[in-house]
Amino acid sequence: MSGVVAQGVTKAYGATTALAGVDLDVRAGEVHALLGENGAGKSTLVKILAGAVRPDGGRLTLDGAPFAPKDPAAARAAGVRLVSQERALCPHMTVEENVLLGGEPTRFGVLKREEARAIAARALLAIDPTGAKKHRLRPDALVRDLGPGERQLVEIARAITEPRCRLLLLDEPTSSLGADDVEALFAVVSRLREAGLAVVYISHHLDEIRRIADRFTVIRDGRTAGTGRVAEATPADIVTMMAGRSIEDLYPRSPRVPGDVVLSTQDLAGAGLPVRASLVLRRGEVLGIAGLVGSGRTELLRAIFGLDRVRRGEVRVGAYVGPASPAARLAQGVGLLSEDRGGEGLALGLTIADNVTLSRLVGLGPLGFVTPARMRAAAARFIEKLGVVCAGPDAPVGSLSGGNQQKVALARLLYHDVDVLLLDEPTRGVDVGARAAIYALIDRLACESNKAVLVVSSAAEELVGIADRIAVMHKGELGPARPVGELDVRAVMLEQAGAS
Amino acid sequence: MKYLRKYPFLGPLVAVVVVYVIFAIVAPGSFTRAENLTTMAGQTVVVGIAASGMTLVMLLGGIDLSVGSNVALSTVVCALCMRAGAPAILAAAAAMASGLLSGLVNGALVTTLRITPFIVTLGTMRALRGLAKGLADEQKIDAPSSGLDALVAPLPPGYGWALFPPGVWIMLATSGLVAAMLVYTKGGRHIVAIGSNEATARLCGVRVERVKWLVYGLAGLFAGLAGVMEFSTLTVGDPTDSVGLELEVIAAVVIGGGSLAGGEGSVAGALFGALLMTVIRTGSTYLGIDNWVQDIVTGGIVVTAVALDRARRASETRR
Repeated sequence: MSGVVAQGVTKAYGATTALAGVDLDVRAGEVHALLGENGAGKSTLVKILAGAVRPDGGRLTLDGAPFAPKDPAAARAAGVRLVSQERALCPHMTVEENVLLGGEPTRFGVLKREEARAIAARALLAIDPTGAKKHRLRPDALVRDLGPGERQLVEIARAITEPRCRLLLLDEPTSSLGADDVEALFAVVSRLREAGLAVVYISHHLDEIRRIADRFTVIRDGRTAGTGRVAEATPADIVTMMAGRSIEDLYPRSPRVPGDVVLSTQDLAGAGLPVRASLVLRRGEVLGIAGLVGSGRTELLRAIFGLDRVRRGEVRVGAYVGPASPAARLAQGVGLLSEDRGGEGLALGLTIADNVTLSRLVGLGPLGFVTPARMRAAAARFIEKLGVVCAGPDAPVGSLSGGNQQKVALARLLYHDVDVLLLDEPTRGVDVGARAAIYALIDRLACESNKAVLVVSSAAEELVGIADRIAVMHKGELGPARPVGELDVRAVMLEQAGAS
Repeated sequence: MKYLRKYPFLGPLVAVVVVYVIFAIVAPGSFTRAENLTTMAGQTVVVGIAASGMTLVMLLGGIDLSVGSNVALSTVVCALCMRAGAPAILAAAAAMASGLLSGLVNGALVTTLRITPFIVTLGTMRALRGLAKGLADEQKIDAPSSGLDALVAPLPPGYGWALFPPGVWIMLATSGLVAAMLVYTKGGRHIVAIGSNEATARLCGVRVERVKWLVYGLAGLFAGLAGVMEFSTLTVGDPTDSVGLELEVIAAVVIGGGSLAGGEGSVAGALFGALLMTVIRTGSTYLGIDNWVQDIVTGGIVVTAVALDRARRASETRR
């Protein structure tokens, strides 16, 4: 039987059990969705298949033969390729060089240019058969000039240049893509399926799974929690399998009473984006900003927070009018949660205590000194309050799962006790369980603590679920904010695509 | 702009030409004589050869601070061999072997101990210097330099057809070889890939550790060759020679478009960077400008080169 089969795979890291017996059955010619919350063991399983991690126990077979790759090179040789979540490209090199990297055709170490060109051309044809992206995806284009969608396609091109490629592992391939790029990716994945490849597709987006996957397997706590045909399962079934709880509890909403205006912008324009944005944010409400990736949502938050230059227009925070530095904004009680958690939002090498207290290192010891004990105590409070799963305040943030990292980033804003929270993609790369916790926290902040919350998100469903009003950003122009009662997910998606 | 991006050495080339023309106008007429060009080329040889190796190391995202000490050690090894009566070619080979060995030690420490190259080579910089002093008994070593002294000396009468002393041709040949290796061989592309994104290179099956090891070895080999050239200039083995040379070599690479973060750098650019510093030094001497002014100017040029490069990059991404 062709395809990959895993039976009772186990893996432990020291005292932590990552996989406690996972079964997976992926057939050639199908797209198989691998679902589960962060930390459920999806990544470990994928790494085992890709040869980056060796399992402690269990059996793997590839096309019926025992499969036990000792390193990534062995897995590649057997026809297994991983396209990981981290963009794994060399930005200084060309598309062709990236596609061929590690498998360059050579004679005595000297590159065979003609052959290299031919291989790269074949791979590019496979990912872009209509030539729609031909002007960007040239073999000699530098990867650093490409957008995220094109980079993703280059990575897939690299994976499928291997003539023996039989199993393609895609780890959250759409996490940084806009809608157009997602379509292009789906087209490529469908073609690969028709060509008889087995594809394992990891994603948090159930709507994507419904469109692209044939079957699914859910992993929970290191075990297979369920498997089946996508067409025969409802999203509610799948979420219940993933979280062990039902979807209705996902968006709690307490009665909210909007208060005074704390933040407003008037015709705000940044250096490039946004072009024009006016908004009003009150205490005790959640304002959602919808829009496609690249529409200027992130830039709007950055301009408000003082990270990007304001070219025109005004920002008013409380009684204060005008631009300000991030330090000044924090002093005024405005905090930003970055969309780039690993690169900007958190210092991954530092501990939870360091990260939580970083923006306000006062009152943590005598005479303005900072004592580790007080920092730990301060962090411990928020670890408990937000339910961060960790070894303790001294655990490095890099050792946490995505959802728990995001909770630490949010804890910093709470510790700083800001009144206005600017949240940029607060649930990106966050599993269902942690997402529910974050939604509940946002609701509590608006309702009980009377904070003002501005949320940017690519997921229209999420905004409709948590916001009181939603404004849509399109090509740098922010539309009027409307109450969620007048909007639904479809209307938001149409408007952010510029169709209304 | 487009050309500058494809051929990063054009920037430093233009700088060399501009600076040369300025000196040609303001300096005494003897500055533009052909002999002076030959002399300047000869004075660039040591830094130029070492810069080829440094370009490779910096493309990897590494750095080699031990170059100066390595050069000094090579002059000592070379002088000891010559004094013992070895033929010139053998002495040169011994000096290069000592350079290669030192480089391989750097590479082994970087790859096996996983210490950052800055620290490793900071250590070997001192250690190699000590080794050179020990070998030389803390003294300069006088040795017959017959055969090697012609490498960078002005061409004897009747050999004008060669245009430059042999050392200059050796420098051009090694630079050409290294540049071709970077473009046309798998190993060369792997060096750039590691500097650009090491994790990716490893994922793609590039043997990262082996490539690094070899690159540090190559850098050592070039330092050894540079040491032979230095011996040819000094005609003695001097364990206290070339202190701070590594910074000049790094400056040449950076002026030539190299980045400390890896993934970028050009052998030709580094060569022009080295030449630029020589032209400034020589021109200033012709004008009677004090040494301290030259230092300030050279320092300014390093920073300006990087600033210009960044500005160009920024304007490209804004586009």
